[in-house]
Amino acid sequence: MQIIKNKQLIENHWTYLEDDAPVISGNICVSLARWQKEKAQLSQHAGNLGVRLCCTDDIAALCSDLGLFALIELYFDDFMDGRSFTQAYLLRNRYRFQGEIRAVGNYLADQAFQLSRVGVNAFAPENLQQTFATLDDFTVFYQ
Amino acid sequence: MYQYNHNDQILIEERVAQFRRQTEQFLRGEISDDGYRNLRLRNGVYIQTHGPMLRVAIPYGILNAKQLHKLAHIARTYDKNFCHVTTRQNVQYNWLKLEQIPDVLAELAEVQMHAIQTSGNCMRNTTTDHLAGVCIDEIEDPRSYCELIRQWTTLHPEFDWLPRKFKIAVSGSRDDRAATQFHDIGLHLVENENGEVGFKVLVGGGLGRTPIIGQVIKPFLEKKHLLSYLEAILRIYNLFGRRDNKYKARIKILVKETGLEKFTEMVEQEWAQIKDNLEITPERFAALKLHFAPFDYDKKAAENITFGQYQKENKAFATWVQHNTVEHKIAGYRAVFLSIKHPDSPPGDLTAQQLDTIADLADRYSFGEVRTTHRQNIVFADVKQADLFQLWQLLDLANLATPNIDTATDMICCPGLDFCSLANAGSIGIAKEINELLDDMDYLHDLGEIKINMSGCMNGCAHQSVGHIGILGVDKKGTEWYQITLGGSSDNDAAIGERLGAAVAKHEIAPAIDTILKVYVEQRQEDETFLETVNRVGLEPFKEKVYANH
Repeated sequence: MQIIKNKQLIENHWTYLEDDAPVISGNICVSLARWQKEKAQLSQHAGNLGVRLCCTDDIAALCSDLGLFALIELYFDDFMDGRSFTQAYLLRNRYRFQGEIRAVGNYLADQAFQLSRVGVNAFAPENLQQTFATLDDFTVFYQ
Repeated sequence: MYQYNHNDQILIEERVAQFRRQTEQFLRGEISDDGYRNLRLRNGVYIQTHGPMLRVAIPYGILNAKQLHKLAHIARTYDKNFCHVTTRQNVQYNWLKLEQIPDVLAELAEVQMHAIQTSGNCMRNTTTDHLAGVCIDEIEDPRSYCELIRQWTTLHPEFDWLPRKFKIAVSGSRDDRAATQFHDIGLHLVENENGEVGFKVLVGGGLGRTPIIGQVIKPFLEKKHLLSYLEAILRIYNLFGRRDNKYKARIKILVKETGLEKFTEMVEQEWAQIKDNLEITPERFAALKLHFAPFDYDKKAAENITFGQYQKENKAFATWVQHNTVEHKIAGYRAVFLSIKHPDSPPGDLTAQQLDTIADLADRYSFGEVRTTHRQNIVFADVKQADLFQLWQLLDLANLATPNIDTATDMICCPGLDFCSLANAGSIGIAKEINELLDDMDYLHDLGEIKINMSGCMNGCAHQSVGHIGILGVDKKGTEWYQITLGGSSDNDAAIGERLGAAVAKHEIAPAIDTILKVYVEQRQEDETFLETVNRVGLEPFKEKVYANH
């Protein structure tokens, strides 16, 4: 499967593990709940680690662990819920997270540009081409 | 007024291109209905009873002649020759075709206009006093701050998907003419004890289903922190505003449920972390102020004597001067209200011909600029007194000189059931009936200042809850009924109107208003206004007469 990262189409190198799925080798991403429950064990994982946040998760609760992650996924349940935009802003600007921030789930291709401006640098959308085409919609902005 | 630079222009052109692509994709079935709905709303496009409606932004209500001609052209070419001035200083078209809207937006962009964020759950057009910069009670001209906020809110990447819509109003004068106490954020320019001017910040005001008066969250904010403070409020709202129920999603409910003290603490905590990085420099303020520098006023304007003579000789002119013009900070000038409340046309509606006339007259008499007001009229802010007699005659020819500003026929009225798919009841027809009732100008002027606000449903677009007389259309088993409230106000003495009693049937509403006005005439003492009388005597005398036969 391909994703968009840093405005390029690349192969995806990550696997999201459902909460009850066995840990596999390679780069894995888990929910915040699973991370909190299995932190000790997951910290020993040989591959890279990622965590998936839903829009109600509190970023502050995760801030001491941020250095352990190479990926944070922001999961959209409903594209109208804009909390993920603030989460991305906080991760990048307040907590200085340097790794990949990826938007996943149910969001609109036309939200990708704004997401890229608050710190999201990767997108795993259903409509890859349509999303890719929006990333240069604006060459100027005020903020 | 603010002049676009290269980047401002590019931004709105890129927005047109983006919306054109979105619309084409939607028409080809490549964007879901729900997805496109949210994208079009952020470009001012609603789907209404007769088809799409487009709400065009008029930033803080200022327009130039070129833009008015463009609005006229659009009304003529794409609509049925009309546009409608809204209560938030914008204009709306009611008869467009969806596939043509990208072309309309491209036309607007040619004159530095757009429809960005005029609907949807995002930060809306910032509004202000229609007499900004010219009124006699001004602490400081708010327009440069409005422009700063316009730029900051436009396509803000973090706050475009809020729990609900978000409206900011700014007032720079002692009398609040921008209803700032009924906005999500209200900003008042105030002077502190050291003589410095800053902002008093109010939060959590609003109308609609749950009208609430805004509360002071910051009594004095230094100007340089304006944007960081707004950002802190918006971030707390975006994270914690309710998203489970659209009727409880406005910031007013968050403030109410959290409590002002706790909410303030959350905002202050957030603000402390960002304020030092977002300061506005004195140079930036100065550059913005230049756009709103005073016009080159005639220093001898006050020497003219014909103005006084014409008033003595012509009673109709004198009446118009009294009701439709106000004092200007420069001697020899006045600000003129063009009434869009002519008895023969729906409140707030303008024809293409009227728009062209307004543009031409603005060029001749008011430095080529006009303002829209939140009571759905137009203001020429800078007219020389020597020109008023001629201007009055020309406005009269265009049906724009009805001397009824701030009287009972200067009603705020939503489009109601005639146009709006949300409405429960008609409002334009009722406005017409009330007009017919008050066709005696002497009686109308004797009644004095009365603000009648009428909405066709409880979303309250016409701000009925703050009308001195509020009329709210409700649906009862498929028929139109009307609830009456008395005693509301959106001025300094902000108040929410009290319900008079049970709703009345459609054929009873105009007679009920007639009765209410008669009770006022009976009850008033000396020069007491309608609102003062209601506040003194309470609802009982009105109730007794209105429901006498029930």
